[in-house]
Amino acid sequence: MSEMIAPEKVAANKPEAVQEVARMNQLAGPAQRAESPLHHADLGTIAQKGPKNGGVTLQEHKLLGHLVIRGSQDNQAFLAGAREALGFDLPTAPLSSVQQGDRSVRWISPDEWLLIVPGEEAFDVEEQLRAAMGGHFAIVNVSGGQTVLELSGPEARSVLKKSTPYDVHDRNFPVGKVVTSVFAKTQAVIRRTGEQSWELVIRRSFADYAWLWLQDASAEYGLVVKA
Amino acid sequence: MFYIYCPHCGEHREEEEFHAKGQAHIARPADPDSCSDKEWGEYLYFRKNPRGLHHEMWVHAAGCRKFFNVTRDTVSYEIKEVYKIGERPSVVAAGN
Ligand SMILES: [Zn+2]
Repeated sequence: MSEMIAPEKVAANKPEAVQEVARMNQLAGPAQRAESPLHHADLGTIAQKGPKNGGVTLQEHKLLGHLVIRGSQDNQAFLAGAREALGFDLPTAPLSSVQQGDRSVRWISPDEWLLIVPGEEAFDVEEQLRAAMGGHFAIVNVSGGQTVLELSGPEARSVLKKSTPYDVHDRNFPVGKVVTSVFAKTQAVIRRTGEQSWELVIRRSFADYAWLWLQDASAEYGLVVKA
Repeated sequence: MFYIYCPHCGEHREEEEFHAKGQAHIARPADPDSCSDKEWGEYLYFRKNPRGLHHEMWVHAAGCRKFFNVTRDTVSYEIKEVYKIGERPSVVAAGN
């Protein structure tokens, strides 16, 4: 179901000019089919028929709701609104992240965060944020533009070492840290989610390349694909 | 490996994450309509090319995507100082 809210309607219940934006529910339904950028790779079949043991496990977390939130840390109405809508603070310490149940938010820059929620919640969360936040801010639903890969297992770090110039040693990359860096010959938002697990947020147009790269980089350790 | 400190991320990062963006502290003429062609031309096209200390802008292109300033020795490539946009350098060439 796609639902458009006209700018006039928004302006009527929110007087600030900054709120006069058109918003669209991008949730897929019978009329709009949603497809992961790795749809063609058919990871489900590979998971079924492929190896069950190996040093690296790859799982795509597809069709999640990705919201880019931008605003100044000096704007208390922005920070307080985020806390009210999300139930937790936007992490203001550089390179930090917060995971609360199935919601997670990553520090991207001093005025930018990436919030990831279950796909069907994206529009509701966006509406709640808009209602709670004040002052100058921006929220953009970029769900269709990127996807999430989880890399885990005893050799996951070895794959990262081949793929990024960033130092992924324990002393520099503890659990919860998030960095945007060079990954293969593209970029990724890399977050450490556990002792042996890492999350990569990659761009849609580079998803196929990243998938091919990861298969190649993981080959020597044995790659297990999880559905 | 050549590491550059990003003042926004608060840590040193690999050079390949950054791009140089030219001379820093170029002031746009306050009233372009009443500039002479010479003033406007110098603002648009003329840049310093010192042998020694140079104040320049860099962007953390593959990281936080923020701009910042770097004071760099063009002879040794040594970075003397990194400071945010809007701040003034504390390391300056003699006579500047
Ligand atoms: Zn940075």
